[in-house]
Amino acid sequence: MTRTVAIDLTVNGERITASVPSRLNLVDFLRNDLGLTGSHVGCEHGVCGACTLTVDGVAVRGCLMLAAQANGCTVTTVEGLSDQGLSTALQAAFTKRNALQCGFCTPGMLASALAYVNAGGTDDRDAIRAHISGNYCRCTGYQAVVEAICDTIKEART
Amino acid sequence: MTGPTHIFDKPNRYIGQSAPRADAARLLQGRGRYVDDVSLPRMVHASFVRSPHAHARITAIDTTAAKSCPGVVAIYTGADLAQHVTPYVGVLTHLAGLRSAPQHPLALDVARWQGEPVVMVIATSRALAEDACEHVMVDYDPLPATLDAETALSADAPLIHPEFGSNLAWERVVNAGNIDAAFATPGVKIVEREFRFGRHTGVTLESRGTVCDFDPSEEYLTVYYSGQAPHMMQVIFSKHLGLPEENIRVISNDVGGSFGIKIHTYGDEIATAAAAKLLRRPVKFIADRFESFVTDIHARDHVVRARMGVTEAGTIVGIDFDDLTGIGPFSMYPRTSAIECNQVLNLTGAPYVLENYRARGRVVFQNKTLMCQYRAVGHPIAMAICDGLLEDAARLIGMDPVDLRLRNLMADDSYPRASASGMKLDDLSHQAALRKLTQIMDYDTLRADQAEARKRGVYRGIGFVSMVEVTNPSPMFYGIGGAPIASQDGATVRLDAGGALHVSSSITEQGQGTNAILAQIAAGVFGVDLNRVKVTTGDTATTPYGGGTWASRGAGIGGEAMLQAAQALKDQVLEVAAVMLQTTPDKLDIQNGNVTDPDGTKRMTLADLARTVYYRGNELPSDLKPELIATRHYRVTDFPFVFTNGAMAAQVEVDIETGFVKVLHFWAVEDCGRVINPMLVDEQIRGGVVQGIGGALYEECHYSPEGQMLNATMADYMVPMAAEMPDITVAHIETPTKTSVLGAKGAGEAGTGGAPAAILNAVNDALAPLGASLWQMPMTPERVLTALDAAAG
Ligand code: FES
Ligand code: FES
Repeated sequence: MTRTVAIDLTVNGERITASVPSRLNLVDFLRNDLGLTGSHVGCEHGVCGACTLTVDGVAVRGCLMLAAQANGCTVTTVEGLSDQGLSTALQAAFTKRNALQCGFCTPGMLASALAYVNAGGTDDRDAIRAHISGNYCRCTGYQAVVEAICDTIKEART
Repeated sequence: MTGPTHIFDKPNRYIGQSAPRADAARLLQGRGRYVDDVSLPRMVHASFVRSPHAHARITAIDTTAAKSCPGVVAIYTGADLAQHVTPYVGVLTHLAGLRSAPQHPLALDVARWQGEPVVMVIATSRALAEDACEHVMVDYDPLPATLDAETALSADAPLIHPEFGSNLAWERVVNAGNIDAAFATPGVKIVEREFRFGRHTGVTLESRGTVCDFDPSEEYLTVYYSGQAPHMMQVIFSKHLGLPEENIRVISNDVGGSFGIKIHTYGDEIATAAAAKLLRRPVKFIADRFESFVTDIHARDHVVRARMGVTEAGTIVGIDFDDLTGIGPFSMYPRTSAIECNQVLNLTGAPYVLENYRARGRVVFQNKTLMCQYRAVGHPIAMAICDGLLEDAARLIGMDPVDLRLRNLMADDSYPRASASGMKLDDLSHQAALRKLTQIMDYDTLRADQAEARKRGVYRGIGFVSMVEVTNPSPMFYGIGGAPIASQDGATVRLDAGGALHVSSSITEQGQGTNAILAQIAAGVFGVDLNRVKVTTGDTATTPYGGGTWASRGAGIGGEAMLQAAQALKDQVLEVAAVMLQTTPDKLDIQNGNVTDPDGTKRMTLADLARTVYYRGNELPSDLKPELIATRHYRVTDFPFVFTNGAMAAQVEVDIETGFVKVLHFWAVEDCGRVINPMLVDEQIRGGVVQGIGGALYEECHYSPEGQMLNATMADYMVPMAAEMPDITVAHIETPTKTSVLGAKGAGEAGTGGAPAAILNAVNDALAPLGASLWQMPMTPERVLTALDAAAG
């Protein structure tokens, strides 16, 4: 229970070394130990998508990965995406469409949307809806999120 | 110069514009400040041992082992906290006869629902607190439980509060006209159905939580609160923790969704505040998802037997129904758990001319999670009863459901008037809304598509609802009954030295765009650029006093207060400007951040004016006493509520092999009076519709026969996700309310209130050719198939 693991990873471009309890999950480590509170926790069992963040370029659930498993990885949270300008177009489109209300799902939604856009996803609305179906949002009803992702893809094309 | 027309027409007229929210960027960059993001020096963490039984006597609690667990700071039982927290009772005097028993933050001798907090463990981390909870030994003596509302009143039902002699919490009867005579009139046909509305819950993505910090040097409690009504909570903490109100500060920063969930008194949150006071240090409690499912208020859970009478010619002669609802073991404090049933009795049939109306509501105790006000309180039930029966009647007499509505909806020029249940109505547009709805959805084409699809064996249905929504409540909602819930709200507008406005308001933000519309109103009415307005809400120490955001009251009440405050400040500023410019106020205006002539010619900047007042008062005449800050309050006076109306429609496809219902499209026409920001209103409606679809098709709290909630995880409790949801077309009719200058009514709950009835009707329209119908929500595949089987005989 109290076993600790030494980890060495890159978070938002910064090298981090830490000693963490083996049971600590990645999102709790980021939030509580590093103060990166942009990643949120909604269910702690991989269902809601609020904790979605990027590890080695792949969108993952921060609640399903242990901090210890991130040893040697490159982790990017919403703070990193924003500061490094990696999601500017999506963030602008979300603002313009009001694709967020309370904003609690938003960092995870953004990470999922970014993965879709970066993988060359099309502006097919059903495909977008399918892609973000792992991200629960109680506020928006999803349509504005779909529009925002569509806008981003269309604008990148022109 | 400054009448209503001017306010809505001049430059910087932000009212009516789809301006993006200023705070969106902050939330999008992960810079939100939700309650779990708060971390304070010496902060410790709470975890709770909760009752695993629906009903059990607590015979012994042993915390010895837990106390020696690593990191444990303190452990409290119900008896420990009862010495420091006075009990609370969820009754209101205007709900005559409502009864409930005293509640303590932690159960004392009896636990009455699965999940009720019993022991609180405080440790240096949440993980260590949870570890120690495992070592708390509680001995329970299980008691027979009353779970089913339908048997709760039977003579042999186990009593939850034996001192009451029954499990009845409240009963109300409404009787207008003569329903028996109306139904007995020759030629009147009767439809009768039993509706079942499943118990569901809010599932805010951010769970409930609080950080409470106590400073013993000043006896001062600071509560970081994820919720909707900071001033109400200030009174509650004061009353039950024995601190003066002024020694309590409640701060609501960003709130990750609330929908009525986070506006009640929860034992675990009160216990957290008590622990902070006892330990003289900050304590954090954040509910995990299981705790959310078994302790956040649940909603709906109604069984309704209802009849409607209609003539062959399509005149509805009356509605008669009996509503039974289970509310858990207590009435929730302080808003009570009788309001939803009360609203069902108030609102059913309110869009229609009804001469005869009879309704009985009964609210009963049961050993399940407490039920209380959740988004669109009572509305989905009221709308489904009336409009469900209406479409059933339309089928019976062979009339199109739109035609039947148009014959019976109140005429748009017939207000003010009252509903059959006695609700005062004004400024509504049911007829226009329904007509506009049929246009935007292209109703005739959809009916043709439906007929064509049926030929291919594809079962599509179209369903409607005409609805009212209760918004802008007056003191008649809660205050009159003795609840510490303000019905008025305040707004302060201050001109700063740089020429920008700082505004604050007692309404609160949970993502609706409260702060955005407050800024739009202030900027537009006063006359500055939108980006020169900064907004503060959600802090009892720094905002005017008021009720917060609930019952779709933010824009209508808080918005009007802001309008009045901005207008007052403008008048004050122009008085100062007139002296400085040696003219009179009526020859001046404020536009684009400048004091101008009426035609817009710039005379001086607001910054020049403000700097002169603040820094160089020596330049002003000594008898001039400039005030560059104004505060105004507003409450609704002539009506108990300001009603809005809307018309909605759903198109669904039912797979008769699997029972799956796919919503193909949804349309909503809403009349919320003056629309301050159309984009924000549309998105509120869309989000609300999806929440309503969730209740109609997916969401239900399942319980075992012993009272264990069986699906208390997000994997098992179905909520709407993006792939299943339709696109939603939203349109507006604007009939401003005459109760305010702004003319805005609420819009936040319309979608949730109306969508379930539209979905119910659409599914039944699809099933009709097969002779089947379904009156139970959620309309799950299993229930659809059962209905089809029953029809097939
Ligand atoms: S918190 Fe990780 S998926 Fe919900
Ligand atoms: S914006 Fe609130 S959960 Fe998505």
